[in-house]
Amino acid sequence: MSPIVKNVAVVLVIPITMFGLYIILHGHLTPGGGFPGGAIMASLVVLFFVAFGKEWAKKINKGILFFGESFGLALFGLLAFLGLGTSFFHNFLANSDSLFGMSIPFGANSGFLWSGGIIPLMNIAVGLEVFAALSIIAVVMFLENGKVMFSEKENNVGGKK
Amino acid sequence: MIGFVFLAVIALAAIGIYAAMFKRNLIKIVVGINIIASAANLFLVSLGYREGGIAPIFTGAESLNMVLATPQALTLTSIVINLAVTALMLSFAIMIYRHYGSLDALKRRLKE
Amino acid sequence: MEKSIKISVLVLLCAFLLMAGMLMHNEDMPDSTPMDDYFIENGQVQTGSNNIVAAIVFDYRGLDTLGEASVLFGAATGVLIALGVKKSG
Repeated sequence: MSPIVKNVAVVLVIPITMFGLYIILHGHLTPGGGFPGGAIMASLVVLFFVAFGKEWAKKINKGILFFGESFGLALFGLLAFLGLGTSFFHNFLANSDSLFGMSIPFGANSGFLWSGGIIPLMNIAVGLEVFAALSIIAVVMFLENGKVMFSEKENNVGGKK
Repeated sequence: MIGFVFLAVIALAAIGIYAAMFKRNLIKIVVGINIIASAANLFLVSLGYREGGIAPIFTGAESLNMVLATPQALTLTSIVINLAVTALMLSFAIMIYRHYGSLDALKRRLKE
Repeated sequence: MEKSIKISVLVLLCAFLLMAGMLMHNEDMPDSTPMDDYFIENGQVQTGSNNIVAAIVFDYRGLDTLGEASVLFGAATGVLIALGVKKSG
């Protein structure tokens, strides 16, 4: 694309990342959470595909993205298992005055970041997983060129020759 | 009397079923299935609407008359699963295009 | 012939949806609300989260979300396997 698009894409890195992190970290206070925040951060990757093309997309290491996806899912499951003293998915950090353990009274308030128990931690894990999964899907589908010739692939589909 | 939201749901579902049944292009079929899924999402959210209710979030809430929260949570689940299914369907369409050189659902069957 | 069958099926489906919509309850009055009233009244104190939807997604119905995350993981892996491998060889 033209230099204007490239420069604007580079300038937009910090605002989009900050907005995505805000949506993820405030998932227990405002509308949002891990899924929309991860999708917002994955849109940055798509914006870079549009701006910089295939040369940039080929440089992405899919192994790191796959590791991030697996790590997010494993962290989510681990947090679920940690509450197993009471039950699966027990919120063992809520109202405990430790990490994210502030107890808040019933009713409308202006929002406290250090509340919610395991919900913010699960938001972070799910945000990481969704970001990596959508990035993998976008990378793979972007690098796919639709002009694969029929005659070339006719006898060589579904395995080695 | 039938409500306005249900009319919208029925219209969306009819458009999606029409696209999935009558179109021959695989991409258009995927778009039709997506429209059916958005009809289901709209139906789920409309099931939990209370008159004059606000979103079930206490940050800066003006009243305690809130809409039901469980349909919204399940709609979130449904949206993400719909996204995953769409990605898989599109990748299968790409594989079919690679193999047969066409996205036509009927032509593909007539070859060989 | 095949097209007429398809059209009649579509018309029947639309008629069924219309009649089912006629039988639905009023759209601004949910049928049964005790479970959601419990979540709205106690969710904030029990989980410490202002957002009741987040409390339901990650705490009360966390198993649903685990399955959803697994589905997303499986879909990304499937796309990677289907399209991400080297084309020749």
